[in-house]
Amino acid sequence: MRLFISIFMIYLGFQLLSANAVEDFSVIDKPNDNGGAIVVSWKEMVAETEKNFFYQIMIAEQEDGPFYPLEKMAYPLKGKGFEVKGYNKEGEESTLVVPNKTYFVKMKVLNGDKSETTVSESEIISVTTKGNFFAFNKLNSFLILIFLTVVIMCFIVYAQRNPHKLFVRRIAGLDAMEDALGRATEMGRSALFVHGLRSVSEIPTIAAINILGKIAKKIAEFDATLRVSNWDPIVQQVSQETVKEAHIEAGRPDTYKSENIFFAAGDQFSYAAAVEGIMVREKPATIFYFGYFYAESLLLSETGAHTGAIQIAGSDAFTQIPFFITTCDYTLIGEELYAASAYLSREPKLLGGLKGQDVGKMAIILILILGTLFTTLGWQGFSKLFWPS
Amino acid sequence: MSNIDTTTIATSKKSDFLVFAIFFSIIIIVNAILLGSGHLKWGLEGVGIMMGAAFTISLYSFLYKDNPLFKMAEHFYVGVATAYLIIVTWYSVILTDVIYAFRDLTKAPFSSSVFWQMVAIILPTLIGLLVYTRIIPRFAWMSKITFSIIIGFGSGLAIPNLINAYILEQAKPSMTALWTSAGGFEWNAIIVFIGVISTLIYFFFSLEHKGAVGATAKVGIWFLMVSFGASFGFTVMARFSLLIERVNFLFHDWIPLIK
Repeated sequence: MRLFISIFMIYLGFQLLSANAVEDFSVIDKPNDNGGAIVVSWKEMVAETEKNFFYQIMIAEQEDGPFYPLEKMAYPLKGKGFEVKGYNKEGEESTLVVPNKTYFVKMKVLNGDKSETTVSESEIISVTTKGNFFAFNKLNSFLILIFLTVVIMCFIVYAQRNPHKLFVRRIAGLDAMEDALGRATEMGRSALFVHGLRSVSEIPTIAAINILGKIAKKIAEFDATLRVSNWDPIVQQVSQETVKEAHIEAGRPDTYKSENIFFAAGDQFSYAAAVEGIMVREKPATIFYFGYFYAESLLLSETGAHTGAIQIAGSDAFTQIPFFITTCDYTLIGEELYAASAYLSREPKLLGGLKGQDVGKMAIILILILGTLFTTLGWQGFSKLFWPS
Repeated sequence: MSNIDTTTIATSKKSDFLVFAIFFSIIIIVNAILLGSGHLKWGLEGVGIMMGAAFTISLYSFLYKDNPLFKMAEHFYVGVATAYLIIVTWYSVILTDVIYAFRDLTKAPFSSSVFWQMVAIILPTLIGLLVYTRIIPRFAWMSKITFSIIIGFGSGLAIPNLINAYILEQAKPSMTALWTSAGGFEWNAIIVFIGVISTLIYFFFSLEHKGAVGATAKVGIWFLMVSFGASFGFTVMARFSLLIERVNFLFHDWIPLIK
């Protein structure tokens, strides 16, 4: 009888261990990356055992350890793999996985109770990280970039040869710009240009600076005053340079005053408070808002409307455009902000870029129509070509 | 300056002083009562609540019109925010990423890796310092090097990501089946499809908005306005919650009127 019970217990122990053994454990270097990650995969355990066990990946820099634990997982991800980008050594800050280094990885199954004893352990697998020169999963992005670049370059060349043949539809907000500046000149008041809250390296800020140049040139021609409020010191410096060049282009370098392009404040709502103060005290005749705005958009444009100024806004901040539409006289929506500088200056480079973007949009419309049609007919192959990485 | 201007400024200063005197008298009396009744405790937290309440009322006074209280709060706010920005830049950028990082490297044994890490600190620092050449007009042109690097680097980094985020990420959910044998017409997918195509046509600058293009663009602008309306309503609700939070601060944390 004792022998029978002993054999039965040993059998149960083996069963328990085998039920919770790590199966199909694999460790690979993450493909299409800079060598800063490894991917760990394993077969999902049976559902009943998941509630009672934890799974823990252990990583080491030497085969004989020490092994550093990663976070415990109650529900392992089936088939998807777990990405390891770093680990914590004892008493040290987070250590990142680096390229061209060999790591040793194993997986432990731990008891779900307080003891957290090891139930089973996988074999140790070594993996050497490697940086890839080309991310093939981003091939579609790369090809679209090449296509758009070629189209834009072709249109720039065409625009340079035939500057008057390229048509751009009317944009009401931009047509009103000259009238608004004329109003400021006639009233003897200043125009105020309010920058959005993004740094100089962001696309909406670059578009806003382009428009600022065109406005500043008109202002210099009209001999009016332009004040430019900035949230970022670097944007302020670039704006100063842009306005200065616009004055030189207009043949009025003497009317440029660097103090008119000022740093208002470095925080969102203090910036709003400072610009609101300027609006109510100086009462500019015209106010421009160009760039990316956040919650301060309504505070600014409502105050501007209260002072009776003509207001023209341009932003690609989807959540703030409604506020500009309700409080400003004219609003440039999204893409119109990027088209503005080409529309105002009719410079071949900018016009070519605008035309190239239109061809890009045409291509996107065609892809969407074909993709939707093929998907409806039951073939996803075409649309998958344009799925993100 | 004319006599009229001088008189106006003197009257304005007098009325400013009166506004300050009345406001601070009321604030002092209210805070004294709150401290006396034991609702507010003297200390950092208590002083913080008292100052917060004074500044909140000063900023809200702008709803009436521009006044010396708002000016005071505005200048405090701008000053504190700028000081905070300087401190954050000093401690989290200049000290951590430049001075301490370089000091740590000088202590490490010299190798090619350490050398390149030093270059990675020195080069961006020098490029950043070039901005200060604007102080000397003769060398001001050098600051353009910094600006062109920042703008070029930003654009180069942003454009490929924009293709992934703004084109491919948006295109994937747009290319779904408009009809399935199990569910029949997928009306949500049809509305999204019409909305995306017509809105894209609205942002097409090469064609005049006339005829079929004009009609499609008009549908596009309707879709945009509906989405803007929804966004407007959602944000207004969020703003109301901010107002409720301020009212709660004034009439619960400061003056205990709301239980």
